[in-house]
Amino acid sequence: MEKKAFQKVYTKIKNITKATCTLNVSGVGNEEIALVQGRMAQVVKIVGEEVTLQVFAGTEGISTDAEVVFLGEAPTIKVSDQLCGRFFNGFGDPIDGGPNIDGEKREIGGPSVNPVRRKQPSELIATGIAGIDLNNTLVSGQKIPFFADPDQPFNEVMANVALRAKADRIVLGGMGLTNDDYLYFKNLFDAAGALDKIVSFVNTTMQPPVQRLLIPDMALSAAEYFAVDKNEDVLVLLTDMTLYADALSIVSNRMDQIPSKDSMPGSLYSDLAKLYEKAVQFPEGGSITIVAVTTLSGGDITHAIPDNTGYITEGQLFLRKDVEIGKVIVDPFRSLSRLKQLVIGKKTREDHPQVMNAAIRLYSDAANARTKMENGFDLTDYDQRTLDYAKDYSEKLLAIDVNVDIDEMLSTAWKLFAKYFSKEELGIKENLVNKYWE
Amino acid sequence: MNKKGAIGKVYSIVANLVVVKFEGAVSQNEIAFIKLDGVDLMAEVIKVVGDFAYVQVFESTRGLKPGTEVSFEGHMLEVTLGPGILSKNYDGLQNDLDKMDGIFLKRGNYTNPLDDDKEWDFTPLAEVGDKVAAADWLGSVIENWLNHKIMVPFKFEGKYTVKSVVPEGKYKINDTIAIITDEKGNDYNITMVQKWPVKKAIEVFKSKPRPMIQLETGVRVIDTLNPILEGGTGFIPGPFGTGKTVLQHAISKQAAADVIIVAACGERANEVVEIFSEFPELDDPRTGRKLIERTTIIANTSNMPVAAREASVYTAMTLGEYYRAMGLKVLLLADSTSRWAQALREMSNRLEELPGPDAFPMDISAIIAAFYARAGYVYLNNGETGSVTFIGTVSPAGGNLKEPVTESTKKAARCFYALSQERADSKRYPAIDALDSYSKYLDYPEFVKYAYENISDTWIDKVHEARNILIRGKETYEQINILGDDGVPLEYHKIFWRSELVDFIILQQDAFDNIDANTSMDRQEYMLDLVLDIVRKDFNFSSYEEVNPYYKKIINILKQMNYSDFKSDKFNSYYKSLETTIAERFDA
Repeated sequence: MEKKAFQKVYTKIKNITKATCTLNVSGVGNEEIALVQGRMAQVVKIVGEEVTLQVFAGTEGISTDAEVVFLGEAPTIKVSDQLCGRFFNGFGDPIDGGPNIDGEKREIGGPSVNPVRRKQPSELIATGIAGIDLNNTLVSGQKIPFFADPDQPFNEVMANVALRAKADRIVLGGMGLTNDDYLYFKNLFDAAGALDKIVSFVNTTMQPPVQRLLIPDMALSAAEYFAVDKNEDVLVLLTDMTLYADALSIVSNRMDQIPSKDSMPGSLYSDLAKLYEKAVQFPEGGSITIVAVTTLSGGDITHAIPDNTGYITEGQLFLRKDVEIGKVIVDPFRSLSRLKQLVIGKKTREDHPQVMNAAIRLYSDAANARTKMENGFDLTDYDQRTLDYAKDYSEKLLAIDVNVDIDEMLSTAWKLFAKYFSKEELGIKENLVNKYWE
Repeated sequence: MNKKGAIGKVYSIVANLVVVKFEGAVSQNEIAFIKLDGVDLMAEVIKVVGDFAYVQVFESTRGLKPGTEVSFEGHMLEVTLGPGILSKNYDGLQNDLDKMDGIFLKRGNYTNPLDDDKEWDFTPLAEVGDKVAAADWLGSVIENWLNHKIMVPFKFEGKYTVKSVVPEGKYKINDTIAIITDEKGNDYNITMVQKWPVKKAIEVFKSKPRPMIQLETGVRVIDTLNPILEGGTGFIPGPFGTGKTVLQHAISKQAAADVIIVAACGERANEVVEIFSEFPELDDPRTGRKLIERTTIIANTSNMPVAAREASVYTAMTLGEYYRAMGLKVLLLADSTSRWAQALREMSNRLEELPGPDAFPMDISAIIAAFYARAGYVYLNNGETGSVTFIGTVSPAGGNLKEPVTESTKKAARCFYALSQERADSKRYPAIDALDSYSKYLDYPEFVKYAYENISDTWIDKVHEARNILIRGKETYEQINILGDDGVPLEYHKIFWRSELVDFIILQQDAFDNIDANTSMDRQEYMLDLVLDIVRKDFNFSSYEEVNPYYKKIINILKQMNYSDFKSDKFNSYYKSLETTIAERFDA
C-alpha cells in the first residue's frame, strides 16, 4: 500500500500495547486504515483527538516517534479476474512470488444483503461422501463448519469437498495455517489442475495472529465479486475459525474490554455472524457457500467458539474415528445440515428423508446395544442385528472415503435394511417400503 | 416529550457506541441523527453524563469522524401504526425492506412502513356525539381479510366527543376520517395512522385477567401435554441443532391466531427467507387464505446492526399490542431472545458498566420480565377481548440451562418447552422433553374449567395419565439399563414399551409431513384416547423378547395412522389392522 504525497505524517505515539497504539490526530474516520512504520493498522477507537489503532502485524519494535500515515479509507481489496490462481496475504499482497494485480478497489467487510433480496437456497451440492450427501446434504448458499479435533483430517476432507463440488470458483481463507498445510492446499489444487478457479488468502503461523482478522473479510469480498458481478457459484473455505476467534480475543483484551464466556469478547456472536452471513443465494443466480473449520479442544462443543458458531451456521459436520472399522466417519448423531430439508426428497429421490432417518435411528439402537454389551448384559436378537448393521452402515456409508452418487447411497441403505431387519422395524411410510424394499 | 430537539457534535467512537457533546436538553432513549456525509445515521440515547450523551447507533459507524453534527429528535424510537402492516417485511426499526433498492442494505436508508397511496374501504363504527377515549374504535377497514380497527390514538389522554366521522368509502391512511373534540372544545383530526414509542407498553384496556383459553398449535406435545393459552407466555430453550427454529416455524404456520408476528432477532437470514418464500404459498387451514396475509415479519438478522436487534423485539411487541387493541388474537414469536440479550451485553460492555453474570448487564432479569409482562389476554374498554401470546426461543450458551438468560426467562414465562439434545440425537422430533417441560396453565382452575367444557370432562386426567406413563417408562428404562433385559421382571418391559408407545405416537411428530405436521385438537383427543386404551390393555407375553417386536408393530400401525388423513378410508383400514393385531395378542 503506497503512501500518497499530500498525506499528513504523525510522529508522536502516546501509548503502545502488543496489538494497538494510540496517538493524537484530528479528522480521522472510524475503521480508517493507517500505516504505522509501514505496517498496516486500523482505527478501532476515537475519543476526541485520541485515536487508537490496531496494528495487524503486531507492535514489536514500534517506537513512540514512528511515522503514522492515515490513508483516509477503510481496508480495501482489488478485485478482477487476475485474482484467480493466486495466493495473497491478509493485506491482499501476493505471497506466491507473482506480480501485483490490477482491479477495482472495494472496501472489505461491506454491507449485508437485504434479507428480502435473498433467494431461498435450493441447489444441492453433491460431494460423493454419503455421510454428507445422504445424512447432511449441503445446499448452495449454506454456511457449515466442520467441528473437529486438531488431530482429525479436516483440511483433507474439506479440500475433497471443494474439489468434488461443482463450484465455479473456490476461495480459500487460511488463518493460522501451518506452512505445511498451506503447501498441502497449494500442491493439491495444483495437482488437480484446478488452480485457475481458486483464489487463496492465507495467513500462516509464521505471521502475527492479529493479521488473521483480515483474512475472512478479504476472502468474502473476493467471493462477492465473483458471485455478484459474475453470477458465479462460489465456494468459500475458511480454516481455522477458532484461530480467527482467538485473534479477536487478543485484540479485545488489549483494548481492556470485559471478557464474557471463555475469555472471548462479548461481541463474538455478532463478529462471527457478520462473516458467516455472507453466505447467500443471490436472485441473479450467483451464490456464496461457506464451508469452514472450527477446531475443538477435546471435543468440547460448549466452548464459546463452537457454541456461537453452531448458533450461526446452518448445521455442523463432525468427524469421528470409528474404531470398529478403523476409518474416519461423519458422525451421524452430532452432524446436521439445516438446509437439507430444502433438497432431500425434492431434488433427490422421494424416499431420501425417511431412509436417512430410519438408518440413523437404527444406528442409534446399535449404540444402545453396545452400551448394554459393555455393561455385560445379554443381547437380544434385535440388539445383535443392530450391531451387525451398524458396522456395515459405517463401512459402506459413513466412512469419508465413500464416493458414490445419492441414488446409489439410498440403494445401499435399502440393501442394509433388508439384510438385517424386517419391514415393520423400519417405521417408514408403507408406500415407500413397498416401492423400494430390496 | 414533543420538545424542540437539542443539537450536538460527535466526540468519541467505539464501534457503534458514540458519545455526543450536546447543547440543550436530551432525554434518555431519545432518537438522534448523526449527519455523516449526507447520510443520516439513526441512534438512540442510552446514557447521559453531564453534557455528553452516549448513543447507540443503529448502523455501521465506518468513516465517522469526531466533530460530525448530530440532531436530537425530541421523541423516543416510535413505530407507525395503521392498516397495511400485515404481510410486510420490516427491519428492527420498522423500515419496509421491500421498498429498499439494491441487493445490499445501504446505511441511512429509512423507508416508509406503510403505503401512503393505497386506498382502504372504510366503514365508520362511531357516531357523532359518541364519547370516546384512547383506543376506542372509530371505524374499520379490511386489511387482507381482517377487520382492522381505526382507533383514537393511544397517546390521547382524557375524554373526547366525536364531532364528525366520514361516511363509508375509500380513503388513504393520511386522510382525516374523524374529528374529535376534547373537553376544552379543541378539535383534533384523526387519520388512520398513529405513532407509539416501542419501549412503552400499550395499556389501553380495561383489565388483564389470567389466561383461560387454549391456543391450539397443532403440535401434540404442546397442545396435549403442555398447553399454551391465549395471552400466555412460553419459551423454548435448546442447544443448537435441537430444532428450535423448525418448531417455531411449525407454530407460526399452524397456530390458531388472527395475527402472527415473527421477530427474527439476530438469527440466520436464510431462516427468514424460508418464511418470505413459503408463507405466500401456504394456506391458512382455518381461513383458506395465504399464511402471509396474517403474518408480519420483523427481520433483524445476525449480520444486521446490533443496536437495531435490541429494538426489533420491542417493535414486534408494539405491533402485537396494536392488533390486540382491535380485539384480535395475536401470536408473537421471537427467535431468539438470547440474541437480544447479547445485544444488551455488547452495549453494556462498551459503556464499561460493571458486568453481572457472564458479562450480561445486571438488570437483564428485570428487562426480560418486563418484556414478557407485555403479553396477555385483555378485556378492552368496549367489552371485547384480545390477546398477545408470546413465545420466545432462548439459545443457551453451551446448552447450559443455568446461564443468566435462560434463568431469567424461566422466572418470567409460564410455559417451558425444553429441547433435549438426547432426543434430537436420536431423531425424536420435536425434541421437546415432555417431562422436563411444563405448562403452569395445566393447573390453572380457569384452564381446567375450559378443558372440561371444550375438550372433555376427563381430558385433564388423561393428560396426567399420559405424563405418568412417561415418567414410569423413564424410571423403568433406567432399571433395565442397570439390571439388564433378563434381570428385570417381564412387567418392566411392558411398562417401558407403553411409554415408548406414547412417545412415538403422541410426542413425536413429523414437521415435514403435510398431514402429521398439524394435528387438530379433536384428532389429538382421539389419538390420546386410542393410545391410552392400548396402554391399559394387559397383553400376554411369554418372554420379554416378545415385547419389543410386538409394540413396534403396533407403533408402526399407529404411525401410519398419523400419516393418513383423519378418519379417511386409509386411516380406518389401519385402525382395522390395529384391532386385528391387538386381538392376536389376546388369542395367543
